[in-house]
Amino acid sequence: MNETISTKVLVVGGGPGGYVAAIRCGQLSLDTVLVDADRLGGTCLIRGCIPSKALIHAAGLFQEMSAAAAGGRFGIRLASAPQLDFAETIRWKEGVVDRLNGGVASLLKRAKVRLVPGRARFSDAKTCSVETGDDAVTIKAEHVILATGSLPVELPFLPFGGKVISSTEALSLEQVPRQLVVVGAGYIGLELGIAYAKLGAEVSIVEAQDQILPLYDSKLVEPVRRWLERNGVALHLSARALGERGEGLEIETSAAERMTLPADRILVTVGRRPNTDGWGLDRMALAMDGRFVRVDDRCATSSTNVWAIGDLVGEPMLAHKASAQGEMVAEIIAGMRRRFDPIAIPAVCFTEPEIVSVGIAPDEAPQDVELITGHFPFQANGRALSMEAGGEGGFVRVVARRSDHRILGIQGVGRHISELAGEFTTLIEMGAVLEDVAGIVHAHPTLGEAMHEASLKALGHAIHI
Amino acid sequence: MGRYHFRLPDVGEGVAEAEIVVWHVKPGDAVKEDQSLVDVMTDKATVDMTSPVEGVVTAVHGDVGAMVPVGSVLVEIEVEGAGNVEAELELTTPKPSPEPAPQATDPLPPPAPVRAAPAAATVSARRGGPTVASRAPGEAPLAAPATRRRAHELGIPLQYVSGTGPGGRITPDDLEAYIAGHGAASASDVRFAEKHGVSDTRIIGLRRRIAEKMQESKRRIPHIAYVEECDLTELESLRADLNAHRSDEQPKLTLLPFLMRALVKAVADFPQINARYDDDAGVLHTHEGIHIGIATQTPSGLIVPVVRHAEARDLYDCARELARVAQAARDGSAQRDELSGSTITITSLGALGGIVTTPVINHPEVAIIGPNKLVDRPMVQGSFVTVRKVMNLSSSFDHRIIDGYDAASFVQRLKRLLEHPALIFMD
Repeated sequence: MNETISTKVLVVGGGPGGYVAAIRCGQLSLDTVLVDADRLGGTCLIRGCIPSKALIHAAGLFQEMSAAAAGGRFGIRLASAPQLDFAETIRWKEGVVDRLNGGVASLLKRAKVRLVPGRARFSDAKTCSVETGDDAVTIKAEHVILATGSLPVELPFLPFGGKVISSTEALSLEQVPRQLVVVGAGYIGLELGIAYAKLGAEVSIVEAQDQILPLYDSKLVEPVRRWLERNGVALHLSARALGERGEGLEIETSAAERMTLPADRILVTVGRRPNTDGWGLDRMALAMDGRFVRVDDRCATSSTNVWAIGDLVGEPMLAHKASAQGEMVAEIIAGMRRRFDPIAIPAVCFTEPEIVSVGIAPDEAPQDVELITGHFPFQANGRALSMEAGGEGGFVRVVARRSDHRILGIQGVGRHISELAGEFTTLIEMGAVLEDVAGIVHAHPTLGEAMHEASLKALGHAIHI
Repeated sequence: MGRYHFRLPDVGEGVAEAEIVVWHVKPGDAVKEDQSLVDVMTDKATVDMTSPVEGVVTAVHGDVGAMVPVGSVLVEIEVEGAGNVEAELELTTPKPSPEPAPQATDPLPPPAPVRAAPAAATVSARRGGPTVASRAPGEAPLAAPATRRRAHELGIPLQYVSGTGPGGRITPDDLEAYIAGHGAASASDVRFAEKHGVSDTRIIGLRRRIAEKMQESKRRIPHIAYVEECDLTELESLRADLNAHRSDEQPKLTLLPFLMRALVKAVADFPQINARYDDDAGVLHTHEGIHIGIATQTPSGLIVPVVRHAEARDLYDCARELARVAQAARDGSAQRDELSGSTITITSLGALGGIVTTPVINHPEVAIIGPNKLVDRPMVQGSFVTVRKVMNLSSSFDHRIIDGYDAASFVQRLKRLLEHPALIFMD
């Protein structure tokens, strides 16, 4: 049996890029087929953003309760230490994933998108075959949207397997590792490392550069570094992982000394690479841009009516970028005139404390642009203090151009600050100037007041500092 | 002492912004009530803005050539008494609960003033309407996502749209104004002399409008030109007779009222020529009323006042209205609706009419008629050469809408009407 499907749009990949593109195509009455070999939702939903946040939440709760047992907090005491049934934790996390996974499936169904489960293999840019169990389906499409996402990068001297795991495995471990070594102090490694530290693992982090979260400035990262220090997470900066040795990971420290970090799990989080292999990309004759598929500002590849979105086309490899591109491409296929022109794409680290960064940082001033910054600490924010977010050096920082006060960047670090990402990005996309924020009444008592005060600070008249 | 903010008033129906043409004051000047502050131009009328108060100018906003939105502060004046600006605008928000003790940190230096205005003044200025800010060269334009999207859909590069929002932000209104004004293609008029100097003239005001309009017309419309020779001997003798016997209330007749009436007659058979073509929407608006634009040279440049409803006017009425709107255009008193809405245009240079012109269509119309110079010319009539009063009639048509055959037929119809003027008056 070999069925042939002819469709207007073929979407390859059911992650936040692909499924959003497919739903939007469906809304626009385009005949659409979505192919994915895995469960719907992609890395984000199945083994990334969502499950890691669930794990982080559970870990945080466990740590709070442990603290309550150890000596009591806010007058709350537990008679005995909390018990962790990690298998149950993982099942709960799977439940969250299942619910969202089912949600995506029903949204696609409602948008009348046809699902073809299986791995797509392209024979040319517009034709692919999909092995679906015993049958093979051939799909011919007028438009192809490639949304195959990305995969964890493997280190040649630390191949995945056995003790050595990627973020995927780290989200489905059977038990909390006793000793966990994390290779790579990017946001994925830190989020997971911190979660496991909260769950009781002894965590070491090995980073080749001289700073954790090397993409952010040191002020923004400092509260996270301090948390790691206070919670006994060993940091090996400017250090190189050499390979598995005996009971753990051998590294070369910044002082050029070799040592072995004992580990029952070695989590390698040294980045992600676009998923370009094994589905016939080489037969589509697309121009590449390094490891990524080259696209223009409409996400058009070098082949007419072949589009590519998300992690496959470059940094930032973030779910919300992929979704925005997917939505846009669907509208372009439907005949609308669109292009991908965000001013800023927010980046969030769900570390302890959390970090949000939108737009430019103070050290990233464009040439000939003089900046002013306004910095407001969570310590002076009532809401932050009332929910224990005042410590750890959290703050909101606004970066504006001196000449006209236009806001070019907003960064912040602090507990729960991820929820301010929306305001930060909105202000930048709407072209706000400091006076705009100053003139917006922010609800009291909320963390958002820190944004207001940071802007007032930049204008020289903060109230609460 | 108080401060008075003079804001750009609503200078005409539907006018959202005006261009600053000339400043009559500068900071430090003492002004009396009714003294001229600034000349601004809306569409085609220049308006003198006078001071409603007496005082000393403390700041003026907007360079010559800048577009300023209605409601924005043009001049700040220090006056005796209260003025119309609250002394200080403090943005304080009362808090229901006491806040933790403030942290001591290094105070940042105060921000650089925005266009020499203190921060509080900037805030207050934005209450009534944004102040104009222009972008530094090479700087990416800034607009909210929805505005960017609309501009992209319309194919408008935002680089050419001036932003009136704070920090030069392009507001939705800015984009609408740009669309309405067909952009701001400012070319510099460079005049070379044998000397080595080059003088650069900023094309502003009416000249900029003319430039934009001409550019728009030539860029959008594929013109087809057609010229025919008309023997106006009969018409001229009729005109001379009418003028010789006119009553006091009858205006003296030029050729134009006859041409206008002839147009009314001719258009009846060619309705698509009396039309406005919205090429963005792909719709031709064919008008029943005939509103004739009259290209008029004024001291500041070309203006096209409109004689409305020529179909409802007799010869003398046409002449009267023509004289009235042309005069209004020349002395700058023309109202906005007297300067817009034409459906076909006549451009006549009178004695300077030359032999042939290739007139530029008054976009979005589809036809323009340009009578040339009326001369005595030897003509062959039967076997004789006689002296006749002859005038060439030049014309341009939008070839997207008007085929050459129809253009020619239309002009031939006009020729017949003009050569046998009785036809103009026959129903």
